[in-house]
Amino acid sequence: MPPAATIGPVSKVGVAPAPVEVDRPSEEEVNKPARVWVVIVWNDPINLMSYVTFVFQKLFGYSREKATKLMMDVHVKGRAVVSSGNREKAEWDVSRLHAHGLWATMQRD
Amino acid sequence: MKGVQPRVKRTRRGDFQLKLPQVERDVLRSLPGQLRQLLGTDDPALERLFPPAYQDDPLAQADYEEMVRGDLVSKKLTSIDVMEQTIDTERLTEEQLVAWLGAINDLRLVLGTRLEVTEEMYEEEMPEDDPRAPTYAVYAYLGWLEEQVVDALSEGIHPAGQGD
Repeated sequence: MPPAATIGPVSKVGVAPAPVEVDRPSEEEVNKPARVWVVIVWNDPINLMSYVTFVFQKLFGYSREKATKLMMDVHVKGRAVVSSGNREKAEWDVSRLHAHGLWATMQRD
Repeated sequence: MKGVQPRVKRTRRGDFQLKLPQVERDVLRSLPGQLRQLLGTDDPALERLFPPAYQDDPLAQADYEEMVRGDLVSKKLTSIDVMEQTIDTERLTEEQLVAWLGAINDLRLVLGTRLEVTEEMYEEEMPEDDPRAPTYAVYAYLGWLEEQVVDALSEGIHPAGQGD
């Protein structure tokens, strides 16, 4: 353990990591009926897999199995649609995901 | 980690035992305050704490940011306050542990951004003379601790089948 823990700049100064593996949603996702906005969580190299699963369970009430599957989609495919609905609901969900440090965006389905 | 005493344990009463050795509390002690200070700056590492909701719509993004930014900051400050006030505590309520989780995760996001971590980095050993090594050690420790916090909190979530 280092003596002085600091969160100050390190010598190799970084920038925010961009989401990786920018696939477009599949045909199946795009053709979901009567959904206006989708909330997408993107893969990032910092958040723990267990943490992401925990957040999906906590925020959306998903079962451990469903939350784990979504987390694995994020991890392996680079992104997953985690919720959908009207614009207000999507913004609400995105803001809750942001409050938990997840990389979430929303777009028209 | 095999043979290491778990740091966080749910009690039968529903709160949590925080079994942190003094040396670890001392490492953690200054971090919430540093994060609070950082939040008052325009440090580029903060970008990761406030990602955009809209990728291709600057106007909608500006509205979103105006709507949520203040609330996000105040939530983060609340978590920071709780972690700071309970840094020497041996028992935490669930609410307090959730605040620790929020602050620890934000600290990891800041440090991981500064370190430009990649998923491959977890497999590698960082040489001790690498200038990033001290920061990486804190980052790795926070990840190890967070894993235990998540495990302890997850035991309380059992919405079987719900939401499917």
